[in-house]
Amino acid sequence: MSRIVIYLPLFAAIAIGLAGWWGLNPDRDPNAVPSALIGKSVPVFDLLAIEGIQTAGLATADILEIDGPVLVNVFASWCVPCRAEHAVLTRMVQEDGLNLVGINYKNDPSDAAAWLAELGNPYSKIGSDRNGRAGIEWGISGVPETFIVDGNGVVVFRYVGPIQTDAALSSIRQELAQADEDTP
Amino acid sequence: MIRLICALLLVATTALAVEPDEILSDPNLETRARAISVNLRCVVCQNEPIDTSHAGVARDLRILVRERLTAGDTDDQVYNYVVARYGDYVLFKPPWKPTTYALWLAPFVIGLLGILAVVSVFRRERARPQTTPDLNAEEERQLARINEITEDRTP
Repeated sequence: MSRIVIYLPLFAAIAIGLAGWWGLNPDRDPNAVPSALIGKSVPVFDLLAIEGIQTAGLATADILEIDGPVLVNVFASWCVPCRAEHAVLTRMVQEDGLNLVGINYKNDPSDAAAWLAELGNPYSKIGSDRNGRAGIEWGISGVPETFIVDGNGVVVFRYVGPIQTDAALSSIRQELAQADEDTP
Repeated sequence: MIRLICALLLVATTALAVEPDEILSDPNLETRARAISVNLRCVVCQNEPIDTSHAGVARDLRILVRERLTAGDTDDQVYNYVVARYGDYVLFKPPWKPTTYALWLAPFVIGLLGILAVVSVFRRERARPQTTPDLNAEEERQLARINEITEDRTP
C-alpha cells in the first residue's frame, strides 16, 4: 500500500503531462463545434434565386439531382473572407470540374448580384437565404461555411471558415475524392 | 434618495438581448420561450445562452424557438428541433445517454473514492497498536521527582 503511495506524485505528474499534451496541442481548436449534420441526409430547404441574376435558385431536390459529390458553399457579399475564398472555389470549379452550389446568406439581392458580377459566378445554382432560416437548417454558425454532400445525398463533411490555405484545400479535395469513391 | 437608489439597485439586472419585436404577446408562451433560450448555447459566442447573445444566429434561433412554441410545440419538441440541427452541443445541460454517462457519473465516483480513502485512513489509525511503550522504572522515578519539585513551587 505504502509503495503505491510513494508513486502517486509520479502518476499525478504523468496525468497532468498527458492532459497538457492533449489540451495545449496547437492543432486542436477548442472552439470547434461538431456538426450534427454529418452522416445525415441533406436538410430540407427551398430557396428562390437571387433577384436580378440568371442563376437558378437552390432547393434540397436540386442537390439530390446532381450525380456525384456536391460542394455547398454558404457565402455573402458582406463577408470579407468569402472574397478570398471565392477565387479558390472558382479555380476548383475550372480545374477539378466539381459541382458547386451556393447559399447566399442574409444578403441584399442587389449587393449579392453586384458582388457576383465583379468577381464572377462559379456556382451552378444559388439560393437566396434572406432571413437565414436555411442557414439554421444547415446548422451554420457564420459565413463562410462549406459542406460536401456525396452522391447519395448524405452530408459527409463540413468546413468552417474560408477555404484558403493549402491544408484546407487538400482536405476538401481528399473528402471529395472519398465521397466520389463511396458513391455507387 | 439613497433609499430609492438602493431599491433600484436591487431590481437591476443584466441588459437583455431579447428585442421588443421578438417578444410574444402571450406572456405564458414568452415565459416558456425565455426558459428555453436560457438553456440553449449560442454557437457563435459559445459560453453565452442565446437569451443574452447579440449574435445574428442567436436572434434567429430566439425567433425560431418562439415560432415553434406559437405553432403548438412542447418544450421538448423545440429542444429536439434545435438539437437535430446543431447537436447536443447547444444544450447547456447535456442529455443522459451512453456517451454522457461518464460525464454525469464522474463526480459521484470521485466523491465515493474520496469517502473510501478517508474511511480507510481513519480505520487504520484506530487499528494501529499503541506504539509508545510504558515508562520503565527509571523514567517513573524521574517523573515522580519532577512532580514533587513542581508541587513544591506552586504557592
